[in-house]
Amino acid sequence: MTSGAETEAVAAEPTPPQRVLPTAVVALLVAVLCALAAALALWSLHRMLEPPAAVDALLVALAVVALLPLVPAVRAFGDDRRRARHLAAGRLAPARHQAASGREHAHTAMGYALAVLICAGLVWFTTANDGAITTTFLRWEFLRSSFANVLDAFWINVEVAVGAQLLVLVVGLVVAVMRLLPGRAGRPLRWLAIAYVDTFRAIPSIITLYLVGFGLKLAQVPVFKDLSPVWLAIIALTLTYSSYVAEVYRAGIESIHPSQWAAARSLGLSYGMTLRTVIVPQAVRRIVPPLLNDFIGLQKDTALIGVMGVTDAFAQSRLTASNVFNLTPVIVVAVLFVLITIPQARYVDRLLAKEQTRTGRS
Amino acid sequence: MTFLEIHDVHKNYGEHEVLRGVSLEVAKHEVVCLIGASGSGKSTLLRCINALEPIRSGEIRVAGDVVSGLGVDVNRLRRNVGMVFQSYNLFPHMSVLRNVTLAPVRVGGRSRAEAEEKALALLDRVGMKDKAGAYPDALSGGQQQRVAIVRALASDPQVLLLDEITAALDPELVGDVLAIVRELAQDGLTMLLATHEMGFAREVASQVCFLHEGRILERGTPAQIFEDPQEDRTRQFLGRVLASGRL
Ligand SMILES: Nc1ncnc2c1ncn2[C@@H]1O[C@H](COP(=O)(O)OP(=O)(O)O)[C@@H](O)[C@H]1O
Ligand SMILES: [Mg+2]
Repeated sequence: MTSGAETEAVAAEPTPPQRVLPTAVVALLVAVLCALAAALALWSLHRMLEPPAAVDALLVALAVVALLPLVPAVRAFGDDRRRARHLAAGRLAPARHQAASGREHAHTAMGYALAVLICAGLVWFTTANDGAITTTFLRWEFLRSSFANVLDAFWINVEVAVGAQLLVLVVGLVVAVMRLLPGRAGRPLRWLAIAYVDTFRAIPSIITLYLVGFGLKLAQVPVFKDLSPVWLAIIALTLTYSSYVAEVYRAGIESIHPSQWAAARSLGLSYGMTLRTVIVPQAVRRIVPPLLNDFIGLQKDTALIGVMGVTDAFAQSRLTASNVFNLTPVIVVAVLFVLITIPQARYVDRLLAKEQTRTGRS
Repeated sequence: MTFLEIHDVHKNYGEHEVLRGVSLEVAKHEVVCLIGASGSGKSTLLRCINALEPIRSGEIRVAGDVVSGLGVDVNRLRRNVGMVFQSYNLFPHMSVLRNVTLAPVRVGGRSRAEAEEKALALLDRVGMKDKAGAYPDALSGGQQQRVAIVRALASDPQVLLLDEITAALDPELVGDVLAIVRELAQDGLTMLLATHEMGFAREVASQVCFLHEGRILERGTPAQIFEDPQEDRTRQFLGRVLASGRL
């Protein structure tokens, strides 16, 4: 019986591993060509910038990085040699293993090499037109001279963003709860909440900023006319973004299964208490990612507060830029926005991961 | 003494009439089982008693007090009426202990220490004391349902409504949960339960009601209903249940 099964296994001749050599050759060629392209791009960057030695060292380091795809490409050849040896000795399984490893190495080499090529292309683009692009956007002397000014002004953006974000968290929740009020008694408040959301979600935030920034002063509205422009900016952005965040809260609250309401109410908890202790705490966990998206949007919109006469980082950078006929200061602002956004994204990733491990203990 | 009194209750979902004149009396310390096909209105009836659903007409009295219609303090009613659901419905963001103490502290006005002491005693009774700090996701279905029963009991309800509490459980976990209900019945807790566990109904019920299309078609002692059903519908239903091996 067993011998019968064995003969069958032998009879079905296992397929020998495929050749790796062609793929390895292509991978090596691609890696070499991409490394050459990278070297050329970096060379023209060096010629154009004539940078200090430290930056030159960085360029050399980048050139070395561009050579890295050669490593897996060469490994693929080694794998192919071992594959051939195993095959010659009739060791089929190890031969297949080496072939798979060789193909994996060759593909890795090509993947990284193409990435190098794309980066080289971008670098080359910045050096095109005799470096006009780079000199327009990035000049050392302007970077140095404008950085302190722009960074100073950037604190206003941060101040407005944080202030508005804190207010939005509260106002958004209030509006969401208003919109979810039950029954006939809740109807007028529901309608008001809907009208508010519809209105301020539709108005471009730059218009709201403009109207709040000048309108309240112009109309001599008590209290508001004495507020600093920074506070007016916070109010305007709160108005706009609370309408988004109210919808985020509402979606979160409505995503909680009705059985949670039934369970809480059956225990004698009132509507408000159920909302507070059972529904909202569960909803908040779910809304963190969309909430963060809106917060990043809000942060970016602080670059618009220049229209109400506040000298924020962007206004400051434009001022400097027009003085020197160069956009480097504006690039500085852009980079600052990127720098403050990335940690927030990572922080939320961490929160979500923590939440996963806490509820995923089953 | 009649404790829970349901008189000619009608309930609609839109055009669909789900309860068509249900009347039922439950005396103190009685255990009443609702049986009937899926969709016959068992859950709806239980939810109406707890005012989770408004009724269109009829009257529901608990301890002599009318609890249906306008102007009823539903939150007070619900303190007297506990409910356990088919899908447990524990609060996933709270530990077992917090699930159980939420209502006694927030609604019953007990101190946290007092509520926790009582909760731990109840959890101990159902073999869940060592899980007091766990979160619901970390518990099996049977364990979650035992916690849900304890959560309902923690507010000292005078009547407990149980809606197919073993229907979502793996077969080997059903026994543990039923054992707890059996014990509660022996302790004299008034209970109204919808169930598909006919063997269990026969064992613990003092009265069995067969629901069909929103009406109580037949009622009687377990012996009457299970051994000598009068209605064709009841016989058909029990025949189907028998065929599926649940009797
Ligand atoms: N929220 C609801 N909206 C509309 N129809 C419902 C709702 N809940 C239950 N029903 C309907 O009411 C009928 C009775 O349902 P239910 O009380 O859950 O029956 P059972 O618990 O006996 O299976 C079914 O036809 C069901 O489709
Ligand atoms: Mg049901």
